[in-house]
Amino acid sequence: MSLDDFEPVIGLEIHVQLATHAKAFSPSGIEFGAPPNSLTDPTVLGLPGALPVFNAAALQCALALGVATGSQIRARSRFSRKHYFYPDQPKGYQISQFDEPLCEHGHLDVLLGNTVKRVELQRIHLEEDAGKNMHVGSVSHVDLNRAGIPLVEVVTAPVITSADEAAEFMRSLHRLVRWLGISEADMERGHLRCDANVSVRRKGEDRLGTRTELKNINSFKFVQAAIEHEITRQVRIVDGGGRIERETRLWDANAGQSAPLRSKEEANDYRYFPDPDLPPLVVEGRVMAEVLRMLPELPVPRFQRYTQELGLAADDAKTLVGERALADYFDAALAAHPVKTSARTLANWILTELLGALNAAGVEIAASPMTPETVSALVVLVETGAISGKIGKEIFEESYRTGEAPKTIVERRGVTQISDEATLVPLIEQVIIANPKQVEGYRGGKESLFSFFVGQVMKATQGRANPVVTAELLKARLKG
Amino acid sequence: MSATIADVTRRIAAGEVTAEGLVDDAFARIGTIDPHLGAFLALDERGARQTARAIDKARSANEPLGPLAGVPIALKDNLVTKDLATTAGSRILEGWLPPYDAHVVEKLRAAGAIIIGKTNLDEFGMGSSTERSAFKPTKNPWDLSLVPGGSSGGSAAAVAANLCVASLGTDTGGSIRQPASFCGVVGLKPTYGRVSRWGVIAYASSLDQVGPITKTVADAAHLLQVIAGHDPRDATSLPTAVPNFAAALEAGVDGLRIGLPREYFGEGIDPGVRAALDETIEALRANGATIVDISLPHTHLALPAYYLVAPAEASSNLARYDGVRFGKRVEGVDLLDMYKRSRGAGFGPEVKRRIMLGTYALRAGYYDAYYKRAQQVRALIKRDFDEAFTRCDVIFTPVAPTPAFAFGAKANPVDMYLADVFTLSCNLAGLPGLSVPCGFTKAGLPVGAQLLGKPLDEATLLRTGAAIERWADITETPPGVATLEPKPDQGTQPS
Repeated sequence: MSLDDFEPVIGLEIHVQLATHAKAFSPSGIEFGAPPNSLTDPTVLGLPGALPVFNAAALQCALALGVATGSQIRARSRFSRKHYFYPDQPKGYQISQFDEPLCEHGHLDVLLGNTVKRVELQRIHLEEDAGKNMHVGSVSHVDLNRAGIPLVEVVTAPVITSADEAAEFMRSLHRLVRWLGISEADMERGHLRCDANVSVRRKGEDRLGTRTELKNINSFKFVQAAIEHEITRQVRIVDGGGRIERETRLWDANAGQSAPLRSKEEANDYRYFPDPDLPPLVVEGRVMAEVLRMLPELPVPRFQRYTQELGLAADDAKTLVGERALADYFDAALAAHPVKTSARTLANWILTELLGALNAAGVEIAASPMTPETVSALVVLVETGAISGKIGKEIFEESYRTGEAPKTIVERRGVTQISDEATLVPLIEQVIIANPKQVEGYRGGKESLFSFFVGQVMKATQGRANPVVTAELLKARLKG
Repeated sequence: MSATIADVTRRIAAGEVTAEGLVDDAFARIGTIDPHLGAFLALDERGARQTARAIDKARSANEPLGPLAGVPIALKDNLVTKDLATTAGSRILEGWLPPYDAHVVEKLRAAGAIIIGKTNLDEFGMGSSTERSAFKPTKNPWDLSLVPGGSSGGSAAAVAANLCVASLGTDTGGSIRQPASFCGVVGLKPTYGRVSRWGVIAYASSLDQVGPITKTVADAAHLLQVIAGHDPRDATSLPTAVPNFAAALEAGVDGLRIGLPREYFGEGIDPGVRAALDETIEALRANGATIVDISLPHTHLALPAYYLVAPAEASSNLARYDGVRFGKRVEGVDLLDMYKRSRGAGFGPEVKRRIMLGTYALRAGYYDAYYKRAQQVRALIKRDFDEAFTRCDVIFTPVAPTPAFAFGAKANPVDMYLADVFTLSCNLAGLPGLSVPCGFTKAGLPVGAQLLGKPLDEATLLRTGAAIERWADITETPPGVATLEPKPDQGTQPS
């Protein structure tokens, strides 16, 4: 068998928990780790007589994702009921969207190395989350705190061709939803949950193979490992002349393998029909306008702007767009900066000095004690030659620690770079008088002695002499 | 308890009676009559007394009183009441104590109404005789051998038997209007969305509506005034202003155009019903109304459409009764077994029948042929009415083809479904409908006339109904109940 003879075809369905204050269809709050069943109300509990009312905040979130993925937005979509019995599903049905989803035909651009792959999205729709069952010995408990939390389900076309790509797609979606501020996207708390449809076919074949659905792959690592494992499993079966069963499989991260959960025959008939308790979901023009107004520049366009317009190195640009707060920080510093051509220098200071200090302290960029304006001001001092780069790093360290403005520190410490000739010429004169042998040696052709003179001037000024100006003056004086 | 809402509120305000005195009277009468009538599933004597005392105290302190202050009211038992058992007439909810009040119950309490108890109904509202209650039958106050109609049979019987001043029912396909007609009282199904469904135990969500069952049309207007209005907890509740329903009550029918749909006056109508309706039509004409012949050509599709839409929605709405969180649980060997046993033991045969019908209609690949098609028929029925209302202001029809029938007379489910043939269209089209007593059969059973109005035009229905009521003059105590009343000369209880 050879994996190389086969080509995997992968489609992902990713559920993203939206960062609204209240649940999708009722006023209960949302909080991780609250006492079981404390975040419930008659609607969440599915009590007789309780009704759902859609939380428009969830619509804003879904629309932002729809617009950011270039989806077609349905002006009038609707909620349907998806029926199945399970104790974590209090009404016996989940409110979801079926035949008229909010968004269709979008795409998500994924950075693979330094290239961009466009992954088509079939749909993005709104739905509510289920609760959680907890099994303690022979007893099962139901916690409905999670029930009714708004989700979007993002469904890709079957266009992903490797486990790496799948994991990278998940990372890109993770970054995007954080970027848009529509989800906390905390992987540990299950804010992004992935199901993968995987099939394999021999290279060159057009027809898709029988697919299996992998459930419960809720981290980047598991997505990668589970899909990798499933591809190998399927190739081994097909290559051995076997047939793939259409089934749902559950990934067991501890065992590093999947096991069948249910076959196609056991699949539910969900009996979808439009929820008669909820009117059609209408996207009004003013809501759409607000979403468009609030939409930030997205990661991939921003990456392209950084590399193409600002001339940043691809790796630096990729790091900057890794997180919206960091990219925004950089943009704010750039906006405060008077010299537009020094974007690379600015990026350098932010990526090395600032991130270094933040990482060492375990602080997020959003909580940086130094404002973008302060970093810019410091870089200006270095760029204009007011202080040397070496001093600049010391000033940065002090400003980061104390919050004092770089300029104030420079003035107090008296470390301003000395660039004016009136001060430097007498100093150079003293150095030449004090070192006649070296002057003679230099003039005799020993050019390596030049750095000795620079060093002497630096020593005399405690490192404040402008090295460029000093070198020019020294050269001129030594000639004569 | 033969008093109307207007009587009670006036006498309480004047200090002629106390609310507590009324509560005493009501429970005394219920204690005598209801063991034989079966209108109530639960009584809240303690709660009622507490409310009554608060109202009496407020009155003596000259504090302002609500529009229903001291009025004893009964609620159909599919309206959720905080800490008061609510069963929807089903074993599956036996023992459940709701933690909240329905919107209409909040409104009633805020208006000073005294909630005395919960009335019997066909299980989850699925029936037309109240025989499908899981607990007991309710008898017709006019003749104890007959059904009171349904599904709001307990609410209609309680009002007719003077066990309360007024009640609330719910109407999905005629469940307020038909029992009102059978019991000789007034029943109003408001426009869909006029009254919040928050806390109404759902049967068919796109058809259900709460409404008053009262002794007079004026009382229906009064009660509707209290319960109507937008509620943000019900996404289908209309954000429309509520007019003053009492304002036009006395305006009469002079100049009104009243449509008679020929599809509603064909074969199969009981001659006694027909005669009472004919007399009423003559009276309307004599009082200045113009009688217009109209057609509602899709009427024959209402019954099949209803029996797709309602069971489909019911099969979904009843999925939450799974034995997990509330109500009946029968333990099983595993989860699936527990579901099957709980639902098997908890639901009655008619409910199971409709769950199966609805499940069938919604299964994958059949949605278009059944539910969607039925929704398209609804649109046609609605269009029939829109068309008709260009030619008339209100539509006049029978409520039911027959007066109250005997227990067991409609053992075949389809015969029972046919009893609703005149009331279903109103729900499918979302229109308001009023049932008002208009006369008697030769056997002395009350006959109701149905008035159907334009969306949100309850006012014209009430105005027309008030005129009919003045001529029909049904004020006597129903003879069935009269036999149950204590006879002072003998001092014995009826058996």
